[in-house]
Amino acid sequence: MAAPLLEVRDLVVEFPGRRGTLRALDKVSLDIAPGEVLGMVGESGAGKSMTGAAIIGLLEPPGRIAGGSISLGGQRIDNLSRRQMQRIRGKRIGAIFQDPLTTLNPLYTVGDQLAETMRTHLDIDAAEARRRAVGWLEAVGIPAAADRVTAYPHQFSGGMRQRVVIALALCAEPELVVADEPTTALDVSVQAQVIALLRRLTREKGTSVMLITHDMGVIAETADRVAVMYAGRVAEIGPVKSVVKAAAHPYSAGLMASIPPLSHRVDRLPQIDGAMPRLNAIPQGCAYNPRCPHVFDRCRVERPELLPAVETRAACWLFDSHAPRERAHV
Amino acid sequence: MPAFVLSRILQALPVMLAVALIAFTLFTFVGDPIATMLGQEFSVAQRDALVAALGLDQPVPIQFLRFIGNALHGEFGLSYRLSRPVSALFAERAPATLELAFCASVVALAVGLPAGVYTGLRPRSPLSRALLTFSLVGVSLPTFLIGSLLILVFSVWLGWLPSFGRGDTVQLGWWSTGFLTLSGLKALILPSITLGLFQLTLILRLVRSEMLEVMRSDYVKFARARGLRDRSINFGHALRNTLVPVITIVGLQLGSIIAFSIVTETVFQWPGMGLLFIQSVSSADIPVMAAYLLLISAVFVTINLVVDLLYYAVDPRLRAGRGH
Amino acid sequence: MNTIARAWDSDLAYSFRRSPTAVLSAIVALICIVGAVAAPVLAPYNPFDLASLDLMDAFNPPAFMPEGSLAHPIGTDDQGRDVLSAIMYGARMSLFVGVSATVFSLLLGVLLGLLAGYAGGTLDAVLMRIADVQLTFPNILIALLVDGVARAALPRDLHDQIAVYVVIFAIGISDWPRFARTVRGSAMVERNKEYVLAARVIGIGPARIMLTHVLPNVLGPLLVLATLNLGLAIISEATLSFLGVGLPQTQPSLGTLIRVGNDFLFSGEWWITVFPGVALIAMVLSVNLLGDWLRDALNPRLR
Repeated sequence: MAAPLLEVRDLVVEFPGRRGTLRALDKVSLDIAPGEVLGMVGESGAGKSMTGAAIIGLLEPPGRIAGGSISLGGQRIDNLSRRQMQRIRGKRIGAIFQDPLTTLNPLYTVGDQLAETMRTHLDIDAAEARRRAVGWLEAVGIPAAADRVTAYPHQFSGGMRQRVVIALALCAEPELVVADEPTTALDVSVQAQVIALLRRLTREKGTSVMLITHDMGVIAETADRVAVMYAGRVAEIGPVKSVVKAAAHPYSAGLMASIPPLSHRVDRLPQIDGAMPRLNAIPQGCAYNPRCPHVFDRCRVERPELLPAVETRAACWLFDSHAPRERAHV
Repeated sequence: MPAFVLSRILQALPVMLAVALIAFTLFTFVGDPIATMLGQEFSVAQRDALVAALGLDQPVPIQFLRFIGNALHGEFGLSYRLSRPVSALFAERAPATLELAFCASVVALAVGLPAGVYTGLRPRSPLSRALLTFSLVGVSLPTFLIGSLLILVFSVWLGWLPSFGRGDTVQLGWWSTGFLTLSGLKALILPSITLGLFQLTLILRLVRSEMLEVMRSDYVKFARARGLRDRSINFGHALRNTLVPVITIVGLQLGSIIAFSIVTETVFQWPGMGLLFIQSVSSADIPVMAAYLLLISAVFVTINLVVDLLYYAVDPRLRAGRGH
Repeated sequence: MNTIARAWDSDLAYSFRRSPTAVLSAIVALICIVGAVAAPVLAPYNPFDLASLDLMDAFNPPAFMPEGSLAHPIGTDDQGRDVLSAIMYGARMSLFVGVSATVFSLLLGVLLGLLAGYAGGTLDAVLMRIADVQLTFPNILIALLVDGVARAALPRDLHDQIAVYVVIFAIGISDWPRFARTVRGSAMVERNKEYVLAARVIGIGPARIMLTHVLPNVLGPLLVLATLNLGLAIISEATLSFLGVGLPQTQPSLGTLIRVGNDFLFSGEWWITVFPGVALIAMVLSVNLLGDWLRDALNPRLR
């Protein structure tokens, strides 16, 4: 793998609350190479979106980065000042949010919002920004872009608005885009189009993407690699084919098994018993140990790091090559 | 646009009619205008003549129509207490109230808006906390008490400012203004602060909570994610979106300044419509009360209309239809 | 259900302990309420006992000023009445009117709100239109009008006898719409929930559904509204009395005391008006602060 564009090392995000501090992210490590699409999957509350928010420097207070580092192109960005981070957001890291109905400012035309973003980050005049705004609307497939540039967000449909959001995220030509559930709020019929558009544009520009979603279908089609999150930790990370076809971590294996296959009909999908623990009640050792079919003593005491598994890296003691394998009986 | 205005006017009509009906009911059924106007001794002929002159022998609906017709011409009959036409009394006193209300609005807006924006943007700063505490005290202070305390400090103890009346006024046509003399301007200071303070705190609190709400919205978060500068986010994106609700409430607050001037005018013996009204309440002077009621309603309905039009100017969602 | 109630309780208690403002205002409010309610027991003098009044005692300044005496710690008024005692009795009157008016608004608002929300249709439209119109007018104006009409319609001596109730009615009638709106909103949401439909199918009457399902859902907001409204009602009463159209001289409230004292501002006897004013502010401010805290505590999103 080439030198990574984004490097997240042992990232810890904490929320100080009145009943003690909650660890929302616990030593999350991952890389994204230039031009690569990394999928982030996991249940709600597993920390996918939180990781994205930490990377773009927009954690909701009182949440804060309590440890680890985030580097973009070799430069640390987790300890930058407000002003320095503003120059990175939009310019070097773009963002796409979930609900296009609420992410666009209702009182500004889409052209104004595009032009404002470009003029903030690029050294261009108003006329040039205007011209490029029309170009971007065309690029994201808005019909009659030259007319629609003066339209307000409420005059677009949901799918069209998400296309505008994509244009806004890409218009200053960032190196990385963090897309947080970009299709979840859309009609099923337009989801595929929007994902295809995002993939095509980022491929053309060589932009890396962090694609956060709980839709495994989208991941399987779009991502190069995938990270599976569980209870604020990365459970497994590796090439998308390997994770889908031959997941090493028992949790990812269970997650993949619960995806309905397209090829044949099944009467019953396997499910994982129990539920992901709440952040204030994460068990000692491996967070998955109470639900794991392969649990053994060490899992209840010691937390596994990401270890090389067959084709991926998994945080599971089953793959500790230094220690004898002592498997418990299920 | 014209259709929008028309529909708003049509919506305001029933409200005005309802208020007119209440005023008419007061006028007609509460108290005895004949006895009040004729005094103790009168003949049956005199009485009948007056009844006929006032149209009191007509059916009630006709009387109501006449009442509305008269009201539209500014005719509200004679004040029981002062035996002068109500319309003349109001014309005399309107400038005093309107000038006071204007100055109080300026006080409330000039301080309330910036303070509200500031406390919304920096909710945790010490100055914000101080402003919020001040605003809560402001909401809890009855207007008349603020007036009394200001008089005590600035008139009685320090002797800087007058404690009652309008000072010297200059007559411009039928309008008498206190803006053109030093004593008139000095006389305006304490009453304006007294009247404006309550609205100031309300506006502050309202703008703050709207600002906080908008700062939490997805589009402000997205504006941050686009790397826009703080100034553009705070004043371009956030403030502009708070304008819609703020205009509504501020409009209504300014309307109630005119009504609230009743209290301030009493404290400062300000010769305006509010003082006239309060005197008519204590002496049960129905025609003056009825006219004041209609007048205030008209002010409120007008302000509502202006607010709707401003909405229309600020929010593109009201202007254009969906899609192309 | 019980455990939920307990957790909620403890959360509220926790946030109360954590807020110095809430604790302090609760203490001040408690002092005001006890001082007012127990005035006949606690007050050093009875300001209505004409036999005990001595004009020689008139215009005594507070104890901390030269010529002041500890017999009247915050001075006496023009009649020689002890200001402290007058304040305690006045606060009693203010509190009585404020609480009664708030309860009146609350009951009327809940009743009309439930009716509007449950019945819907024309009744709802009419009630809410009235509420809208009323909300656009300042409540003090409505109270003034009601009081003025009562004055015109009732013979003078009868009016004086029932003046207190006229004031309670006038203030109460001007404050119901906010209660009604809150209840109506909740009633409309609940009305269409499946369990309410189910309850209707098995023949449970609307009144019972409203009381057992809708009301419990709005108790929190109603409590906040009622607390904030109490402060407003006390101010409204004080304002009416200050304007001279509220309570008669024989039943003075804090507002009446301030009005009477106002005449002596210029002659230097400031304490006759300032101390009742301070008492009024303390009472209203502590109640408002409590209401404010309660609203934030019950609505964690705003924190």
